[in-house]
Amino acid sequence: MHAHGEIGRIQASYMAEVRRKRLYGGLTLLLFTVLMVAGFVIVDERSAGGFWDGLHRLDDYMSEVVAEAWQRRAELPGLIAKYFPALVETVNIAAVSTLLGVLGGLVLSLLSTRRLARWPRLIPLFRRLSDIMRALPEIVIALMLIFVMGGGPVPAVIAIAIHTAGALGKLFSEVAENADLKPVEGLASTGANWSQQMILGVLSQVAPNYISYGLLRFEINVRASAILGFVGAGGIGYELRNAMSWGPGRFAEAAAIFVLLFGTIVFFDQLSSRMRNRLTEGEGQ
Amino acid sequence: MTDMTVDPAKAEADRLFRRKRLVSFGIPAVILAYLTYIFFAFDLPGLVQRANWGNAVTLASDIWSHKVHVTRNNRSGEIAFAIEGERKGAYPEGRRPEWVSGSEDKGLTVDLGEGRKVRLLPGKRTEIVLPGFQTIEVAAQGRSLDSNLPEELPKWISASNRRIAVTLPGARVTLTGARTEVFRYFTGWELFWFTLDSPYHGHSLGEILFGDRIDPERGNIAGALSDWWNNPMWRHKDVAWAIGETVLMAFLGTFGAAILALPLAFLAARRFSPLMLVRAATRRVFDFLRGVDALIWTVVLSRAFGPGPLTGSLAILLTDTGTFGKLFSEALENLDGKQIEGVASTGAKPVQTYRFGVIPQVMPILLAQVLYWLESNTRSATIIGAITGGGIGLMLTQAIQTQKDWEEVAYYVVLIVLMVMLMDWLSGWLRGKLIGGRA
Repeated sequence: MHAHGEIGRIQASYMAEVRRKRLYGGLTLLLFTVLMVAGFVIVDERSAGGFWDGLHRLDDYMSEVVAEAWQRRAELPGLIAKYFPALVETVNIAAVSTLLGVLGGLVLSLLSTRRLARWPRLIPLFRRLSDIMRALPEIVIALMLIFVMGGGPVPAVIAIAIHTAGALGKLFSEVAENADLKPVEGLASTGANWSQQMILGVLSQVAPNYISYGLLRFEINVRASAILGFVGAGGIGYELRNAMSWGPGRFAEAAAIFVLLFGTIVFFDQLSSRMRNRLTEGEGQ
Repeated sequence: MTDMTVDPAKAEADRLFRRKRLVSFGIPAVILAYLTYIFFAFDLPGLVQRANWGNAVTLASDIWSHKVHVTRNNRSGEIAFAIEGERKGAYPEGRRPEWVSGSEDKGLTVDLGEGRKVRLLPGKRTEIVLPGFQTIEVAAQGRSLDSNLPEELPKWISASNRRIAVTLPGARVTLTGARTEVFRYFTGWELFWFTLDSPYHGHSLGEILFGDRIDPERGNIAGALSDWWNNPMWRHKDVAWAIGETVLMAFLGTFGAAILALPLAFLAARRFSPLMLVRAATRRVFDFLRGVDALIWTVVLSRAFGPGPLTGSLAILLTDTGTFGKLFSEALENLDGKQIEGVASTGAKPVQTYRFGVIPQVMPILLAQVLYWLESNTRSATIIGAITGGGIGLMLTQAIQTQKDWEEVAYYVVLIVLMVMLMDWLSGWLRGKLIGGRA
């Protein structure tokens, strides 16, 4: 009798708990749904074309592009060859900015990691610096530099490198926190200076991780470099904008650029993920 | 005897060292060679010549200062005073900067500091008094200018019979037949709070909060807030809307993609989707969505949906459906099967197995990934907005294209950085709350 009442009470309190949990879950879901729907309505209102009309136009536009590209399919290989140098420029921008960004991130991360920093008191400063560099969208710096330097690949390189350095600075520093300090101490006891300690003691430990992050970043930077081309920084993005602004009659050009850009992104994604897999496997051995 | 065992070991070590030496010198050499190629491919020597350092100086000084223009229209003889030379920053009738003296019909003196003065005289005449140089006298005759300037001019004066420009420290005088314009630089973002036509301009915060009623029609705080919010020069209201729009683009795109990707990810995961064909097809769809990239999606979608945040949200949504699909299906493949079996062993139907065996396991991982991308997408939304025309990205590109509103550009950049950092912090905090709470 007594035990029965006990079980009943436990069950009742359990059910109350479940109900409360369901209520909270339901409320969160409701809030989320309301936010999504309201957001969609606002966005729909503030856009030039509505969502449902747009769907039709999207269909028309795509079929127009495909039809014209198909009609002029014989020219496509020639067009792809024509735009290939622009593609090389885009990839070069990504590669150089990744290289510079990795170097910058390296320095920033070592300066902002506890126990490794050259000037431990300045750690917060370097952390905030890399936060700000990370938060700056590439386009901001690129557009300002284009005003000073004129269009071309260099503003894009600088803009992407700054963002990359900030982003990698944070990731690198997380890796470096876990580095074994014994080699550093050993080097310090032989009289090595700070940069020697870092290069010989820390970098050799974290190199696989760093390279893997760098490769991932390169993947992202290929996309970023194409986008910056669109605002005047040269490369395939620039050609894409030109082809787009010509409109009908130039859809074959646009299609050729689509194909090139798509192929490049997929190629570098695959390449970098394969290399990263090899790096992480090599680490396990 | 010992030599025989040492020799191969030494040879081995030597080979290893040779390889290490090759790698540690070879890789920097390859990088150096590549950078040399880039040096010429990107035409760096030419860049130094092409770069416009004057623009750099304008940019650097405009970011933290403002100009006050005094402009005489030579046709009507009217003289206007305006901050940044814009109508929105004009001084109201009867007011003018205190470094301007005299009257319009007898001649106005504009003091440029350190004894330099510009006199706007009747009859379209202008005198520029420069201690240590001569006094320049210019008279406008129709479209051309008559002046007493010598043949040999210092670098800071450029003159033709149509246009004379004198650049002074902290000021500039430009004369054409149609008008005479003088402006002086001052530090700070002027009119950031109130424009000159607002009654609250020039009052301190204390006066507004605790002082007497400034505008008899309205309460001080409400009036000041409304005037600040509707400031036509800095457009705080529009900027706030634009930032909201950008965050909204990122929010809708990220969570819309997560909602779409979740069911698709089940189709792509080996554990839940027995048909190889379905799996492969779904994965190719993910690869395609990701590979096309936000740029192409933006360009294509903007044709259909026009400029505005809708295009941006959809572009983020499509790209991220691919990204999330891939990440989610990987998470689903790495599930712990024991929990699912346990739930199934109690006689649960498939739906219940998913609900209680799968969802509680993967939800924290998926949410962490979605929240991580939310921050990154805020940055993407700014960039996409600049391309397609929506949100703060649009305002930024517009301000940059005018090539003179650099203080506004600086304002937007600060806000963008704060916005991204706030989203970063928010997503980290939510991640900690949602996932840390479960563990």
